[in-house]
Amino acid sequence: MDLAAILISWFPFLLTGIVATLGLVFAALGVGFVIGLPAAIGQVYGSGPVRFLVNVYVWFFRGLPLLVLLFLFYFGIFPALGLGDVSPFVVGAIVLGLHGGAYQAEIFRGAILSIGEGQMTAARTLGMNRMQAIRHVILPQALLIALPGWSNEYPTVLTDTSICYAIGVTELLTRASVIVSTEYIAMPIYLACAGIYLVLNYTGIKALHLLEKRVSIPGFEAGSN
Amino acid sequence: MTTDDTILRVEGLAKSFGTTEVLKEISFTVRKGETKAFIGPSGTGKSTLLRCINQLIVPDRGRVYLHGEEVTHAGAKINQYRAKIGMVFQNFNLFDHLTALRNVEIALLKVKGMKEGEAREKALFELRRVGLEDRADHYPAQLSGGQAQRVSIARALAMDPDVMLFDEPTSALDPELTGEVLEVIRELAQNGMTMLIVTHEMRFALSIADEICFMEHGTILERGPPADLRDSPAFERTRQFAGRFAEL
Repeated sequence: MDLAAILISWFPFLLTGIVATLGLVFAALGVGFVIGLPAAIGQVYGSGPVRFLVNVYVWFFRGLPLLVLLFLFYFGIFPALGLGDVSPFVVGAIVLGLHGGAYQAEIFRGAILSIGEGQMTAARTLGMNRMQAIRHVILPQALLIALPGWSNEYPTVLTDTSICYAIGVTELLTRASVIVSTEYIAMPIYLACAGIYLVLNYTGIKALHLLEKRVSIPGFEAGSN
Repeated sequence: MTTDDTILRVEGLAKSFGTTEVLKEISFTVRKGETKAFIGPSGTGKSTLLRCINQLIVPDRGRVYLHGEEVTHAGAKINQYRAKIGMVFQNFNLFDHLTALRNVEIALLKVKGMKEGEAREKALFELRRVGLEDRADHYPAQLSGGQAQRVSIARALAMDPDVMLFDEPTSALDPELTGEVLEVIRELAQNGMTMLIVTHEMRFALSIADEICFMEHGTILERGPPADLRDSPAFERTRQFAGRFAEL
């Protein structure tokens, strides 16, 4: 059987890996966003204890290697919580999300801090309370400003997903390795695997650039902040 | 002291930043429809005074009353008072992510709880009032400084405030753009809006205000009708200051 035929015959199998990888990416970005944005708000506007908690979170999840986090959660924390049956995929998504959330928190914090103080002042002057001002005035601007930096999370998280190989998530790299150990051909398979990562990477980055263009408004064009 | 047409009463307002006394026991009342202009050298507490009135800066001592109700120590009710005290800033502070129309609408929707259609109508009315209905869909970055300031005036007016505070409304504008903003403010004065204006536009202050307050070192050094202050200031310092601008 020649190489092309091998690749074609395994493609459905690889495809399940691609689906799992993309699933990890979107889950991780989603979890990271849901945690990162409130964390950033807490860091900028929160009381002392809130800021302290967020700082500890960011310090912890940025301070540990992703692989260490994965092992810690998969072999330690989840079983200790009686959640030993949770699938590696779910653990992987949560850990990638917590890890990414720490980085996203910093991205959003920077964006919030770049907004002039006058915006909050004007909102409060009109009678908005602090939460309304944050929600209707600060956050919409912060999200626009953060988007280019946030887009960088996509390639980062995409490449990070391969580490979930270590806890047996059936993502792209795991699938590729199965093919390698079955067919006894390494280089072409890993090259194909690398090619797929690059295509996923390119497609996602393109999509995010389109999004940046779409939501851009005068005064917030890419590069203007 | 409090008559029926007193809208705003300021009693013994004092504020220090560190060891610097920025405001020293400032007191005055503002009648309905009155325009009071605050003039004086930079750094004499004029802007701080305005910000203490709507509690953007919390004063150390003294009280502020709006329609006889205390604004100082108002707690959560402060948001209700602020909605009735319009404020216009030197740097406009328009919401950069919103069109002119949305800038005027947003507080109507979120603070006053108006319906979309109603808020839109009101916002368009206010934009028309400042001559900018045709700029409704422009973002702040697409407006000239004069236009941006007029939108910010429309935004404050939309709340139907009892009193308007102007904090050096033309100081950030190119000289050729100040006229359009001053014109809008002049029209408000003629229509009976109650206003406090901090300004360096001496001629404008003299022509528009019912009372001029000359501030220096955190106190109101002298106050009176524009003609008195221009022609016969009792204080040498006021004479110097007013004289400098009379030549313009």
